Amino acid sequence: MDVTDESTGGAVGTEGALRTAPAPTPRSAPGPAPGSGDGTAGVRHGRLRRRPRAGRVSWRQTLRRDGVLYLMALLPLAFLVVFRYLPVAGNVIAFRRFRPGGSIFGETWVGLRYVEMFINDPTFWHVFANTAILGCLTLAICFPLPIVLALLLNEVRKTAFKRVVQSVSYLPHFLSIVIVAGMTMQLLSLQGTVNQVVEAMGGEGIPFLQRPEWFRAIYVGTEVWQTVGWGTILYLAALTTVDSSLYEAARIDGANRWRQTWHVTLPGIRPTMVTLLILNIGTFLNVGFEKVLLLYTPLTYSTADVISTYLYRVGLVSNNLSYAAAIGLFQACIGLVMVLSANFVSRRVVGASLW
Amino acid sequence: MVTSDAMTPAGPRAGVPIGPRDSKGYRLFTGLNAGVLVLVCLVVLYPFITLLAQSFSSAGAIKAGLVNAVPVDFNIETYRAVTQDERFWTSYGNTVLYTVVGTVVAMILTTTFAYVISKQHLRGRNVLIGIAVFTMFFNGGIIPNYVLISSLGLKNTMWAVVLPGALSVFNLLVMKSFFENLPRELEEAAQLDGLGWFGIYVRIVLPLSKAVIATMVLFYSVAYWNDWFSAFLYLDKNELFPMSLYLRNLIAGASTTTAESAAAIGTTGAAISANIKAVTMVLAILPILVVYPFVQRHFVSGVMLGSVKG
Repeated sequence: MDVTDESTGGAVGTEGALRTAPAPTPRSAPGPAPGSGDGTAGVRHGRLRRRPRAGRVSWRQTLRRDGVLYLMALLPLAFLVVFRYLPVAGNVIAFRRFRPGGSIFGETWVGLRYVEMFINDPTFWHVFANTAILGCLTLAICFPLPIVLALLLNEVRKTAFKRVVQSVSYLPHFLSIVIVAGMTMQLLSLQGTVNQVVEAMGGEGIPFLQRPEWFRAIYVGTEVWQTVGWGTILYLAALTTVDSSLYEAARIDGANRWRQTWHVTLPGIRPTMVTLLILNIGTFLNVGFEKVLLLYTPLTYSTADVISTYLYRVGLVSNNLSYAAAIGLFQACIGLVMVLSANFVSRRVVGASLW
Repeated sequence: MVTSDAMTPAGPRAGVPIGPRDSKGYRLFTGLNAGVLVLVCLVVLYPFITLLAQSFSSAGAIKAGLVNAVPVDFNIETYRAVTQDERFWTSYGNTVLYTVVGTVVAMILTTTFAYVISKQHLRGRNVLIGIAVFTMFFNGGIIPNYVLISSLGLKNTMWAVVLPGALSVFNLLVMKSFFENLPRELEEAAQLDGLGWFGIYVRIVLPLSKAVIATMVLFYSVAYWNDWFSAFLYLDKNELFPMSLYLRNLIAGASTTTAESAAAIGTTGAAISANIKAVTMVLAILPILVVYPFVQRHFVSGVMLGSVKG
């Protein structure tokens, strides 16, 4: 309430100052833009241009001038605190005994009990390995393919054709993961097209989704299907910014198209590549949890079960919330460390980084 | 081998008119390239085609493994049966409701916050940005979120689906950079006319940002339309299920829901026949497919706006 009153009062005050320029209110005097002669310009600068020398403006003046802005930020901030930061803090239940229906921060400290528990849990290490393998496969295959597709698209000269290919290839991005899983099941079922092809070539039908040895291929395949087209957008945008005089120069130096691609195009889109690589590395342990949950069966746990699905079953199916939270926290920390280190390495090695 | 041959000859880059210097090898490459891209399109489209074919086929034909790209025993009976099921329409209605409410809430949060953090003179601006960006790299995780939603009493309410996704930091940063690039003179003029920050935001900034707002609305509505996991976690009552969760239960063929609805559509046994699954999937994708051609470029421009910021 205090803030409201002060800010609206302030707003009126400054507006008054705007109209009756010659008499600046005492409050606005030390504030904005020393040296600008009349009060109007001063206020304007203070409000819209960059903040005058930091430290000069007191918080009271800031509040008076920008109170409305802080007020506008309140609701989103409250949202972030409740729905983003409370869960982060809620991770303390990884170190506390949790009673369903009790405080979201648990009851009593148990120290590293749950951490020790998962470190000594062979299943945890098994799903950890599965996650790492799926993550690496996805990264190795789904990261470079959009670059290749973008380069191919970039060579197309018929705009209409290019546009059609782009539209079609973006489409899977907009589908719910449920639909993707449904399509996958239909295609790979014993009556599905894939098995018909297998049988036509003299093979025997394979229940793909019940075979652990096929799960990784299915996972990565659907990932490619859904993400590669959409992934080209940023590369295509980056490709248009490559300076055409560089191609000219390369041609004069006798570079053929392949060499032009290698020496001009690829370096031209390198910042985009690095940025996306960092982002991909950061999220690499969060392998498409929802998709695994939809596609796996107890028969394929040996290759399909990942950290998130395991902690989902431990936590929400078997109700070991603290234990599951400990695993989740571990996963989140690894993710954070990976983004930070990928960013650090790329800043050192190629001089491009996210921040 | 073929590709390396095809790449060898020098020629103008894409976009540059084809000159006489185009060698045979380059033309070969162009042809191959077009072939590869057509193949890509076919691979992308095939699952849709076979889904459509199954939706018009009889259950028996699918079971016999006869249906690929063309319907066998063409009929629209399955469509009739599925659309007569009350659950189908309830879940469809829920999806529409969650999408609309979620998008509205998300847009209010995103635009106001983006406007605030786009003000470069604002004290504490970097703190505000930092608070938002941190959540991109570190999130609470499934379990604490679940505990939170339960203890807020949001389970089995629409808000459990709507609120957790209501502010995407990516979208926030896209809007922020858009606002930052609006011409400042307009705001200054409005200020001289006596408008406060909120007045400027509502009367000047928002009307000028229709394009980016449209893009964000699309991003959020697709996310809500497709979301199934929060519904799966937080909703237990059939009458609250959105389309995606209804579909998931149908596909998984597991829960009681599906057995019941199967009975409702006149299928016997717990196994839902493939044609019913196909029809439901087609109907769930349909709105996206219908709208997609018209809005696609907005999506693309949204992604690009985001990348400008980096």
